[in-house]
Amino acid sequence: MSNIPADLKYAKSHEWARLEADGTVTVGITDHAQYLLGDLVFIELPEPGKTVTAGKEIAVVESVKAASDIYAPLSGTISAVNQEAADMPERVNNDAYGAWLFKIQPDNVADLDQLLDAAGYQQEIGE
Amino acid sequence: MTKTTPFNSAHHQLNARMVDFHGWEMPLHYGSQIEEHHAVRRDCGMFDISHMCALDAIGTDAKPFMQRLLANDVEKLRAGKALYSCMLNEAGGVIDDLIAYYLGGGRYRIVVNAATAEKDIAWMKACIAGWKMQLTLTPRCDLAMLAVQGPNAREMVWQALPETRSATASMTPFHAQQVGDYFVARTGYTGEDGFELTFPGGHAEALWQRLLELGVRPCGLGARDTLRLEAGMNLYGQDMDESVSPLDSGLGWTVVFDTARDFVGRSALLGKPRQSQFLGLVLDGGGVLRPHQKVFTATGEGIITSGTFSPTMEKSIALARLPLDSTMGDTVDVEIRDKRHSARIVKPPFVRNGRVLV
Repeated sequence: MSNIPADLKYAKSHEWARLEADGTVTVGITDHAQYLLGDLVFIELPEPGKTVTAGKEIAVVESVKAASDIYAPLSGTISAVNQEAADMPERVNNDAYGAWLFKIQPDNVADLDQLLDAAGYQQEIGE
Repeated sequence: MTKTTPFNSAHHQLNARMVDFHGWEMPLHYGSQIEEHHAVRRDCGMFDISHMCALDAIGTDAKPFMQRLLANDVEKLRAGKALYSCMLNEAGGVIDDLIAYYLGGGRYRIVVNAATAEKDIAWMKACIAGWKMQLTLTPRCDLAMLAVQGPNAREMVWQALPETRSATASMTPFHAQQVGDYFVARTGYTGEDGFELTFPGGHAEALWQRLLELGVRPCGLGARDTLRLEAGMNLYGQDMDESVSPLDSGLGWTVVFDTARDFVGRSALLGKPRQSQFLGLVLDGGGVLRPHQKVFTATGEGIITSGTFSPTMEKSIALARLPLDSTMGDTVDVEIRDKRHSARIVKPPFVRNGRVLV
């Protein structure tokens, strides 16, 4: 079924998060999410520097079918966005874990522990 | 209980993403609805449309029945000709839109939407009884329907069903013919050339397989929606319904007033002239237009009835109900998630026969 890499953390709202060596957290949407959405055609990314709160909507991905909010998996500040994914949303369909959406400089990196691990996410989506 | 079509196992075999569509289990896409869309514009795609309901209206009163039932007039139909029409209620609202084929000899075939089929049949039966007319109305649930659409669609059908070639080679658009078991209609819902085939359900899998082998791409409801919207074709339930006049849904051209013919809804429509213009929008920047978004023009507000991303134009497009004085070429604002985005008013269709027209 869906590809759920073991080294990532997951939110119930279908975002994945990866802690980088520089202390930032890279965020994207899961393979399961891109499958549910279908062909993506538009991505609205947050402004770099924006302060975000865990669980609040921060970006939007639109497929041909519907618009879907993306939620911040943890609180912090947007440190980078992936303009390439916004320019070519189909990249997220083709490689959901390669085509990241934004990076967060977390207020408290320990917040990552609140997220699901791969097994927990797999259970969450019922696979 | 979810209903299934004779193509159901074929869809599952191809791992289609199946969805519930008004009680029918139907394919949304088979992987990428955008690729399916392009296949129809550039080559050939096929759609299971067996969820739609074919009805045969047969009898001595079939013609007067159709003339009173429909806002468009079957008077001008010769045998083998198709007619698009709305079926209205007394208030002039749209009960459904449909295609009626005149088969000759007091026989009509009517194809109605899946979501409205039960309601339509009940309405038609009540009309037949109320008007004391002599005809039978028979739902043809035994039949499968397959739309094969695209610039190469007719050739693909002729290769799959060689016996249909000579009979339909010179058949012009919006005509139909029964060839053996196959009712072959040069109609569609994509803005491309092609056929809609109606035939006994038992033939469904074999025909599907033959077309697959010829390279015809299976297409789901997702591509069907983007194709029809690019073609500027209305969708019942979104662009019109029982609360809306066909005159406010861009369907004035399908309503025939010019004879004394008394069809259901006529007096209501005559008493209530057009309130709005039904036009197209093209979004200037990124984002996607969706149904129910508000449109702000120089003189008032309008509403989007259908909106999507156009794979052909790589922009978002919509059909919208706008103030009467709206003009083609005007720039308007559309509210998307509390922000206003500029869009241009155009006259649909957006795309026909593979070419962008706006």
